[in-house]
Amino acid sequence: MSLPILKFDAVVVGGGGAGLRASLQLSEAGVKTVVLSKVFPTRSHTAAAQGGISASFGNSEEDNWHWHMYDTVKGADWLGDQDAIEFMCKQATDAVAELEHYGMPFDRLDNGKIYQRPFGGHMADFGKKPVRRACAVADRTGHAMLHALYQRNVKAQTHFFVEWMALDLIRDKAGDVVGVTALEMETGQVYIIHAKAVLFATGGSGRIYQASTNAFINTGDGVGMALRAGLPVEDIEFWQFHPTGLAGAGVLITEGVRGEGGYLLNANGERFMERYAPTAKDLASRDVVSRAMQVEINEGRGCGTNKDYVLLKLDHLGADVIDQRLPGIREISIQFLGIDPVKQPIPVVPTCHYMMGGIPTNYKGEVLDGVDEKIVKGFYAAGECACASVHGANRLGTNSLLDLVVFGKSAGNSVIEFVKTMSDHKELPENAGQYSLERMAKLESTTGEKVADVRFAMQVCMQQHASVFRTQKVLDDGVMKMREIYERAKNVVIEDKSTVFNTARVEALEFLNTVEVALATMVAAAARTESRGAHAREDFPDRNDEVWMKHTLYYRDGQKLEYKEVHTEPLTVDYIPPAKRVY
Amino acid sequence: MAKKMKFSIYRYNPEKDAKPYFKDIEVEIGDHDKKLLNALVKIKDDLDDSLSFRRSCREGVCGSDAMSINGRNGLACLTDLADLKEPVVLAPIPGLPVIRDLIVDMTQFFHQYNSIKPYVIDDRPMPERERLQSPEDRKELDGVIECILCACCSTSCPSFWWNPDKFLGPAALLHAYRFLADSRDQATNERLDDLNDPYRLFRCHTIMNCVDVCPKHLNPTKAISRIKETMLARQV
Ligand SMILES: Cc1cc2nc3c(=O)[nH]c(=O)nc-3n(C[C@H](O)[C@H](O)[C@H](O)COP(=O)(O)OP(=O)(O)OC[C@H]3O[C@@H](n4cnc5c(N)ncnc54)[C@H](O)[C@@H]3O)c2cc1C
Ligand code: SF4
Ligand code: SF4
Ligand code: FES
Repeated sequence: MSLPILKFDAVVVGGGGAGLRASLQLSEAGVKTVVLSKVFPTRSHTAAAQGGISASFGNSEEDNWHWHMYDTVKGADWLGDQDAIEFMCKQATDAVAELEHYGMPFDRLDNGKIYQRPFGGHMADFGKKPVRRACAVADRTGHAMLHALYQRNVKAQTHFFVEWMALDLIRDKAGDVVGVTALEMETGQVYIIHAKAVLFATGGSGRIYQASTNAFINTGDGVGMALRAGLPVEDIEFWQFHPTGLAGAGVLITEGVRGEGGYLLNANGERFMERYAPTAKDLASRDVVSRAMQVEINEGRGCGTNKDYVLLKLDHLGADVIDQRLPGIREISIQFLGIDPVKQPIPVVPTCHYMMGGIPTNYKGEVLDGVDEKIVKGFYAAGECACASVHGANRLGTNSLLDLVVFGKSAGNSVIEFVKTMSDHKELPENAGQYSLERMAKLESTTGEKVADVRFAMQVCMQQHASVFRTQKVLDDGVMKMREIYERAKNVVIEDKSTVFNTARVEALEFLNTVEVALATMVAAAARTESRGAHAREDFPDRNDEVWMKHTLYYRDGQKLEYKEVHTEPLTVDYIPPAKRVY
Repeated sequence: MAKKMKFSIYRYNPEKDAKPYFKDIEVEIGDHDKKLLNALVKIKDDLDDSLSFRRSCREGVCGSDAMSINGRNGLACLTDLADLKEPVVLAPIPGLPVIRDLIVDMTQFFHQYNSIKPYVIDDRPMPERERLQSPEDRKELDGVIECILCACCSTSCPSFWWNPDKFLGPAALLHAYRFLADSRDQATNERLDDLNDPYRLFRCHTIMNCVDVCPKHLNPTKAISRIKETMLARQV
């Protein structure tokens, strides 16, 4: 069957922060671009980001990008690539100033400069004391940023295909990327989008877990598509568990609460973080705080009848500060738990939040294949779906929004350069859309399992076998179970066979991506016998730089693992050598 | 305690149905199913995968799941099941073409939004760092920038129903005000000229439906009257 073909110079898949920053770069440069998004751009999950975006403006006290770089390297537990980290931290002030110029409504200090708040792991003077580096719009920073970026794209007349879902990458014989297949939801029509360059900005995949701060649409499509196209995914065993997900609901309560002076209490009313992180206390790195909470809960000092959560206290900040700086979390807490934080502490638990791993790229946003980092021609990635790698084994809060705009822009620039060198489109391979159509046809079968059932099994398995603390036995069992679930996923079917806006079909196709991410996570986690950042092994409690200071690469074919060097050469400054990580 | 709840849901699949109809369905509500969206997801997962609706964030920030709930526009993810009278009648937000079930075509709504030039216009050379803005000037934007473009307001506005192509509607007008109110924006006159039109702005008859339904507790009517005041002030 032949599919209709649409031709563009560049296609951006994803209309979140990373996609919109990239498309802006492309539209302003006059590159013929289309942005595909499963949802209207402002509905992307970047809108949910609360706490802030980091940049060492030093608007409240001395700060500089070297300190920011140091914190990021340390936060990443030395698994980040220091060239990419330098690139990001150095660009931060320009990138955030640019957002301000686009109209992003930052909160302000009395002198008119951007308001900055403390955040976990943000320290002055190479780890000495907390510093105010997180630029914020109350606790709705992501929403403000996403809208400002969308608005700027309206100005630049960016071309959008809204409610289109990319299905598969198209690679030619040489392995170059020459387009994607995509489903227009409203009509059910599948198209081939033939492009000189494809840029993925498809966001995270937090929906592999049962409890997650992520949206329904965060299903790891970009990673799934890359894996199916034979490309590896990097460091996928590293998942950030945010310390303060609303107990029972999963909805996030920003670290900005602790930045503004809130703190955690166990059942004895003890401010336990003082024991785990004497200097940074509640503002230690997220992995550190999440583990401390889990230990408190495991040792019976959790709160509530089931002793299964801890409390986040902020009433001492007073209603004024809460209403000015944290109005959104007050609303969320009342909405979902019926608890007003002005009067009562909020029940919180560590909750799956962020995918540190992703499609391997360099700091220019070019996708890399293999241990020798061969550039995949025509393919770019940025944002949460990519692994540059700046977040290494643990991301610092507010570094993701920064990552979106810095790498969205640099990937956009790389595409502009690449497209210039291509006088014409490379030819599409024969039967370019065949694979996607076959995958879709399978869902139409009359016998098979329901998507919701297999998806639920996956989420339970991930929650039980790849959580905050991990051991070989639990992970090995997890791998076994996930392999079974992966087999079951091959036989999922949908009942609704109609063409117009078939959300059952969309969910099934999403799940086929999500399950790739889940299996990759489990396999990669079972192999890494050390503790580093968010990957905490009870049976291997220490970081082991000699053996494990290397990036994992997972391939779908044979569920194979390879390992590649961490980039130890920053662009201009000295390498920051590994040290013990204390906060 | 699990209990059953009754729903009556607007269904329309253009491939199959000559016209829309309401379908009754009962679903078991678990302990953790606090919000209407939980129930809808449950229906879709367990009972009928053809039920079509939009959703994403499940926390009231993405604006996907606006619908008419017992006759009133709201977000499914922020609506407590416990507050709903049964059978819970669900329909698409009114006034926009229905694509399927609870999914409407939002083109008109976004067209109006785009038409107010929803971006800060300031052609002066930018400083190296941020432009300065006083906290007071910034405060003018509170109560406006929280809008999630859910369309609950515009699709409950009678003036918008009758003239969706000509009247901007409360959401777009709220944003028109947002840029007028931003001390960084340099296009006040141009913006006011564009709004000074019997339809674009002046079709608002202060019916206030928009204020009642906004899930973010914003007040488009107030923004609209502020625009009118600014316009008057300019004339004198
Ligand atoms: C609750 C929450 C709070 C957070 N707070 C902060 C914070 O304060 N500071 C910070 O730095 N970080 C924060 N983060 C992290 C940060 O918000 C995310 O990592 C970031 O927004 C991801 O942006 P993105 O552009 O990569 O993806 P997203 O914003 O998730 O966008 C993905 C886009 O891709 C599209 N897409 C996906 N798959 C397909 C497909 N197959 N076809 C077509 N389109 C597709 C989607 O439609 C969407 O437009 C937070 C995260 C969460 C969940
Ligand atoms: S106040 Fe104006 S905008 Fe709001 S519902 Fe009434 S007519 Fe519509
Ligand atoms: S003003 Fe309120 S109801 Fe209207 S679109 Fe914005 S958030 Fe929705
Ligand atoms: S699902 Fe996002 S607003 Fe309800």
